[in-house]
Amino acid sequence: MDVLKIVFFAFVALIAAMAASFGLDQAYILHALIIMAVAFYLFLRAVRQFGEPAPVVGTGYQDDVVRAGVIATAFWGVVGFLVGVFIAFQLAFPALNFDLPFTTFGRVRPLHTSAVIFAFGGNALIATSFYIVQRTCAARLWGGNLSWFVFWGYQLFIVLAATGYLLGATQSKEYAEPEWYVDIWLTLVWVAYLAVFMGTIIKRKEPHIYVANWFFLSFIVTVAMLHLVNNLSLPVSIYGSKSVQLFSGVQDALTQWWYGHNAVGFFLTSGFLGMMYYFVPKQTGKPVFSYKLSIIHFWSLTFMYIWAGPHHLHYTALPDWAQTLGMVFSLMLWMPSWGGMINGLMTLNGAWDKLRTDPVLRMMVISLAFYGMSTFEGPLMSIKVVNSLSHYTDWTIGHVHSGALGWNGMITFGALYFLVPKLWHRERLYSDTMVSWHFWLATIGIVFYAASMWVTGIMEGLMWREVDAQGFLVNSFADTVSAKFPMYVVRGLGGVMYLAGAIIMCVNLWLTATGARRDTPHAAMAIAAE
Amino acid sequence: MDTYSIFREFADSWGLLAMMGFFVGAVLMVLRPSARRMHQDAAEIPLRDDRPIDNQEPYNE
Repeated sequence: MDVLKIVFFAFVALIAAMAASFGLDQAYILHALIIMAVAFYLFLRAVRQFGEPAPVVGTGYQDDVVRAGVIATAFWGVVGFLVGVFIAFQLAFPALNFDLPFTTFGRVRPLHTSAVIFAFGGNALIATSFYIVQRTCAARLWGGNLSWFVFWGYQLFIVLAATGYLLGATQSKEYAEPEWYVDIWLTLVWVAYLAVFMGTIIKRKEPHIYVANWFFLSFIVTVAMLHLVNNLSLPVSIYGSKSVQLFSGVQDALTQWWYGHNAVGFFLTSGFLGMMYYFVPKQTGKPVFSYKLSIIHFWSLTFMYIWAGPHHLHYTALPDWAQTLGMVFSLMLWMPSWGGMINGLMTLNGAWDKLRTDPVLRMMVISLAFYGMSTFEGPLMSIKVVNSLSHYTDWTIGHVHSGALGWNGMITFGALYFLVPKLWHRERLYSDTMVSWHFWLATIGIVFYAASMWVTGIMEGLMWREVDAQGFLVNSFADTVSAKFPMYVVRGLGGVMYLAGAIIMCVNLWLTATGARRDTPHAAMAIAAE
Repeated sequence: MDTYSIFREFADSWGLLAMMGFFVGAVLMVLRPSARRMHQDAAEIPLRDDRPIDNQEPYNE
């Protein structure tokens, strides 16, 4: 077995070295070198460990991989937010593009979206799902070190994707930009992820499968399906990163937005609802308000989200019936979304006073509020008449960010604040005050962001359709760009606040994990009461 | 008939019926009164998940 490992890694390193020398473009060559370096490291490790007795298989919950996931989540979060702030200011001050191909908006923007969605969000999902599935199944993760393969394999995917974007390798599909070999690698990692998750559920000691696991499972399975269908492509050369999509024209557009919207539906909604259905009851100390409602929430979302994608293609070559279908299903989605929000909020029934004293719970509750807000705004924007104003404007960007920063970001922060003391065996967080600072910086940052994008989005939508008495368009595109400048600056400032909050969180979590001591108001009060 | 029309006809009829049927069935399953005890039990899972699994290392609660 040891020999096989050594031969295998040597073989991979050799193949990667050949690919690097035959490579046709920068991104491909760099990726081949990265893979060569990784394979060479693993080869050396396998040689050094040759003949050593196999390490003892751990028992109990497997938390080391969750700890790694928590660190990765916080790290990629800050990276993603920082890149976001940078490109926000690029739009206000184009000089920040630096006239270099690697730092232009077009290349850095997918770096931002992938860093926050897949690196920050993805690591958060993998870490929390591994934590939750073990606790709610009363079973150790299945597959031993396979969970470590999932973790490191996913980090490799992120690095390959990010470096590829900066060097110009993209298949030009939103949220699915990585090229063919990166897609194949992600498929492998994802199959391993599904195996670990399913394996743990199958060997569970708890008779029920808790609803959070249903949400996680639908997220894993659906993302696998979306990823495979949307990335059907043929590489131009085995030695180059460029590939050609199998679908073309409107079929390609529909496939892309079937993927794109369900990435929102199953990656950013179902997966994060899995977190919500575990951490909100946990932090409140009460079971979820209605378990029946949570299951209906699950089936309704699963059945409806998958049809909503065409609302991204209103007034295009897509058949009218498909556009209307997308709109109607988006409107229907409002109900299960709000059902879920109410279910989460009402879990606090009888424990609302905790909001005064527990800033972590406050974070989770505001995330539910933003979940409700953006799932109301989304159906509204999917109505064709509204969409004719909002589409292609910054309103869409504002909507996405109130969902992503408000719902996904805040529930993840809440989960991190919950997990770090548990995973590093600390009694409590280093500082609740810092959590409050994070909470307010992030919330006000989102308000800056969303409000400025509403104003600029509706303004540019109205400017684009404004015609004079003769029926000529009044404004040129450049007019809207210059009119948007103040709002772009406000948006950038909102981003700075959100980033600052995340950095405060990292400091707080670091001090918590390393066990720094600090006298707390609670402790002081307890002494006074004595 | 071309592929599009075949798919379209299936989606409009049996496909729609099967999906609606599954969905309605799932909701009815949830709402049946005899499931109440099971749901109450399942809802408690996160609150009693600190019980040890085999040789579990202790961790702070």
